[in-house]
Amino acid sequence: MNTKIRAWKSGVKNGIPIAMGYFAVAFTFGILAKQAGLNPFEAVLMSVTNLTSAGQFAGLTLIASSAAIAEVVIAQLIINSRYFLMSFALSQKIDPKTSFFHRSIMSYGITDEVFGVSVSVPGKLNPYYVYGVMIVAVPGWAMGTLFGVISGSVLSPRLMSALSIALFGMLLAVIIPQAKGNKIIAGLIVISMVLSCAFAVMPILQSISSGVKIIILTILIAGIAAFVFPVKEHTYE
Amino acid sequence: MNNVIFYILVMAVVTYLIRVLPLTFIRKEIKNVYIRSFLFYIPYVTLAVMIFPAILEATASPWSALVGFIVAIIFAYRGASLVSVALLSCFSVFVVELFLY
Repeated sequence: MNTKIRAWKSGVKNGIPIAMGYFAVAFTFGILAKQAGLNPFEAVLMSVTNLTSAGQFAGLTLIASSAAIAEVVIAQLIINSRYFLMSFALSQKIDPKTSFFHRSIMSYGITDEVFGVSVSVPGKLNPYYVYGVMIVAVPGWAMGTLFGVISGSVLSPRLMSALSIALFGMLLAVIIPQAKGNKIIAGLIVISMVLSCAFAVMPILQSISSGVKIIILTILIAGIAAFVFPVKEHTYE
Repeated sequence: MNNVIFYILVMAVVTYLIRVLPLTFIRKEIKNVYIRSFLFYIPYVTLAVMIFPAILEATASPWSALVGFIVAIIFAYRGASLVSVALLSCFSVFVVELFLY
């Protein structure tokens, strides 16, 4: 019981910067949702059920153009395919005895940021840690959407701009400390950023969507690294 | 059912399936060292790819974002907590933009 509460509290604490960043991003989403013709209920429903930024932004465009359902399905599969790899990685981070019930609730919360903080906890991942993060982050996402859709412009542009970097700062706080004592991880981070930049500026690669880019680069870089630098033991300890 | 709500639910189901399938189906500890290593490297590669260069477009100016990026790296490297790194990064963007505009 005690470990559950401790895990939950530590999750809540790390959920705070996520909620702040989510609020800013969801606020922008809310404004766009309104422009796409969604009412506040629909916009918040989308945020609460989907809980994904890129997928929702793409969804708005598709809804506004009355796209075919198959098109919506394919777009979501491509944009959100990275969650498949994250879920795969988390399957090895939790205790193998974790129940189906916990697994299916945790899955709902797999976003880039929740995954980031979850995979970086020392030792095995306690489901209650993830719930702690979710209990703060999900309302941040939902409230941001609501405020965005009903108001249009409540927050000052300065504050919005500053808050928009919170998620990136948080993700850096997840990966950088691990790079400190591990030259392989440090090298992988640099290579990943350089190649990601190449995809963003090179003419042909530029046309590849960000969802596809993330998947291609992850499989390529992590795949090669696994062969060249296999981690012998204590991978997730 | 309203058309928009149908779209939203389809999106939600597809997204949830992507998230739930690996975590519920892979119930055993994988012994294969290559797969384990691959999974071990995933967070660093995926998150690094997502951070850069996207971070430069997150704020009102690439310069404030660049400062926020550097500040985050420095404090993360020095072992500051997640919350502090995020806040310091926001704060530095705010201050830089006060000078820029």
